[in-house]
Amino acid sequence: MTPLNEMRMTVDSRSVNESYVRVAVSAFAAQLDPTVEEISDLKTALSEAVTNCIVHAYADRVGRINIHTQLFETGLVRVRIRDRGCGIPDVKQALEPLWSSVGGERAGLGFAVMESFCDKVRVRSTYGRGTSVTLEKQIQGREHNKSAA
Amino acid sequence: MPPDIILTPISVTALLRGEIDHHSASGMRKAIDDALNKHKPPLLRLDFSQVTFIDSSAIGLVMGRYRLARELGSRVQVVNLNERYYRLMRLAGLEKLARLTLKEQRLNA
Ligand SMILES: Nc1ncnc2c1ncn2[C@@H]1O[C@H](COP(=O)(O)OP(=O)(O)O)[C@@H](O)[C@H]1O
Ligand SMILES: [Mg+2]
Repeated sequence: MTPLNEMRMTVDSRSVNESYVRVAVSAFAAQLDPTVEEISDLKTALSEAVTNCIVHAYADRVGRINIHTQLFETGLVRVRIRDRGCGIPDVKQALEPLWSSVGGERAGLGFAVMESFCDKVRVRSTYGRGTSVTLEKQIQGREHNKSAA
Repeated sequence: MPPDIILTPISVTALLRGEIDHHSASGMRKAIDDALNKHKPPLLRLDFSQVTFIDSSAIGLVMGRYRLARELGSRVQVVNLNERYYRLMRLAGLEKLARLTLKEQRLNA
């Protein structure tokens, strides 16, 4: 399936960029005429993935985060968030709700939230080299919701 | 944006504003904890009516305040959640720690 449109962006892993990425990706995805609800879901999931790059992947330095967004004719949005940080030694464990490698106020719910607010979440990671998280969300759109109502 | 802190003799209410993510949560945390430590109220109320976005950082924010409040002997209420925020809090089982209430439904909406 070839995308209708694509957008690539790279940001420094600074926490101030969390909101910037949310706004940029949701503005791009607006072409699919999503509902407010659908955009909020995407923003929440994306925020988790980007925050993980900042907090975990590049815990003690500033690195680059690549965000690749693809829009498809079917209404599918696919966002891939990639870092070249520390990687995840055990992905299965990392995906478990409430599991967190750091203490403090991280709840260990980032992946659970991504899974709850998206249709599909894929995680690939190489320990010591980096992680890529792919989120997929099917947009039904406002037209669909109007005619369904 | 730091929360407004509203005091009564029996409660501290933190009126949270704007987006709650990992970036903004730390400032909010400090403002609430300062008020809690200073006043040690019977009740801490976290008001989400002016919040425009949350991710799991808001769960951490509520959980952390719950822990401190418990040490100080304060109860915690989380009020004016919308359906989405409520769903996120439930994902974390926060309803077992604090009283969660949704935004008042408008009668003629
Ligand atoms: N991009 C990443 N790079 C390295 N480790 C990660 C990354 N994303 C997630 N992790 C690991 O997976 C764990 C679970 O992530 P998450 O569910 O978001 O919980 P939290 O961020 O609250 O710890 C993290 O504690 C961390 O160890
Ligand atoms: Mg996380």
